[in-house]
Amino acid sequence: MAKSKPRIKVPKTATKGEIIEIKTLISHKMETGLRKDKKTGDKIPRRIINKFSCKLNGKEVFSADWHPAVSANPYMSFHMLANESGTLEFSWVDDDGSLYTKKTKLQVS
Amino acid sequence: MGPNVIKLALVAGLTAGFASAATADGDWGSYQVGDLRSGYTYAATETRAIQDEDIENPAFLWVDYGGELWEDVDGDAGKACASCHADADDSMKGVGARYPVYSQELGKPINLEQRINKCRVDNMQAKALKWESRELLALTTYVKNQSRGMPIEVDVSGPMQSFWEKGKAFYNQRRGQLDMACASCHEDNAGNMIRANLLTQGHSNGFPTYRLKWQKVGSLHRRFRGCNKQVRAAPYGYGSDEYVNLEVYLSTRGSGLPVETPAVRN
Repeated sequence: MAKSKPRIKVPKTATKGEIIEIKTLISHKMETGLRKDKKTGDKIPRRIINKFSCKLNGKEVFSADWHPAVSANPYMSFHMLANESGTLEFSWVDDDGSLYTKKTKLQVS
Repeated sequence: MGPNVIKLALVAGLTAGFASAATADGDWGSYQVGDLRSGYTYAATETRAIQDEDIENPAFLWVDYGGELWEDVDGDAGKACASCHADADDSMKGVGARYPVYSQELGKPINLEQRINKCRVDNMQAKALKWESRELLALTTYVKNQSRGMPIEVDVSGPMQSFWEKGKAFYNQRRGQLDMACASCHEDNAGNMIRANLLTQGHSNGFPTYRLKWQKVGSLHRRFRGCNKQVRAAPYGYGSDEYVNLEVYLSTRGSGLPVETPAVRN
């Protein structure tokens, strides 16, 4: 499988107390584990991203457990209260143990 | 449009927070040119919402990947696409809107996928990319994306004329066990239901397209093959002359519609 690459959209600046929307997208096949190989009949092993989380300055602000019904190339958006500036770190955990991450700066004034 | 649909559209609009260019029935903005309606106008509200915002559109993962490949050196000549074409933002602008074009060398029209592979083989001395591979889809989507919003305008004069005729004949030729032509659905019944699906006018302006059913980006020829199989006809090969000719005809059928690549469809 091609390497999973995330895309994120976070407002560059926000005023203190503002509720901002954060959008993320990552490429992933999200193989459910329920499909069979058409030729051999063998089950294709499950391989999904099972956990998504977002941390601000190392403190978790949002996380989600994902299950096999989540579509390929999952899109996730959520809102957060902008209280402090810092680095937002996004992470996606793959069934095979791989970790995909992306960081961005958030400026709160 | 019933009250429920309107409510749904409002809710979708509010939660997603997008400024949709066209939501009201009958006013499709740039997605409609005269009687020509892009597949966008037949798509469900939720599907349109995904296309409306680039960050939500999963096809942009392919566009990003295409941008990386553009810079990647490959082949014996030690070149990347960027070595000759530099910045795709400038050099590839409008290319997607005027393909397929006539190739003097081959004596027949070639489409974007074939042009990319020809460049790879002739100029980069690299291997041709496989049809429907992630790489070829990414490059095609990336290149065509540079023309987004520009009206499709394919030159079918001169030597292209006879191939256009063939494409048109293919379009109107009944085929398969169901004895249906492309026109049976997309000309005679556009806007009607075929079982659970709404038939569109079948324009090619959004391809390569992210299909929710495919869960990935697919080429126009994949769509052709799918349609052919559905009428129980043997599909032609990817990049076959028959399909390239059909692509030529389709481009004039939807001439003037803006390039939407990468579109999102059900």
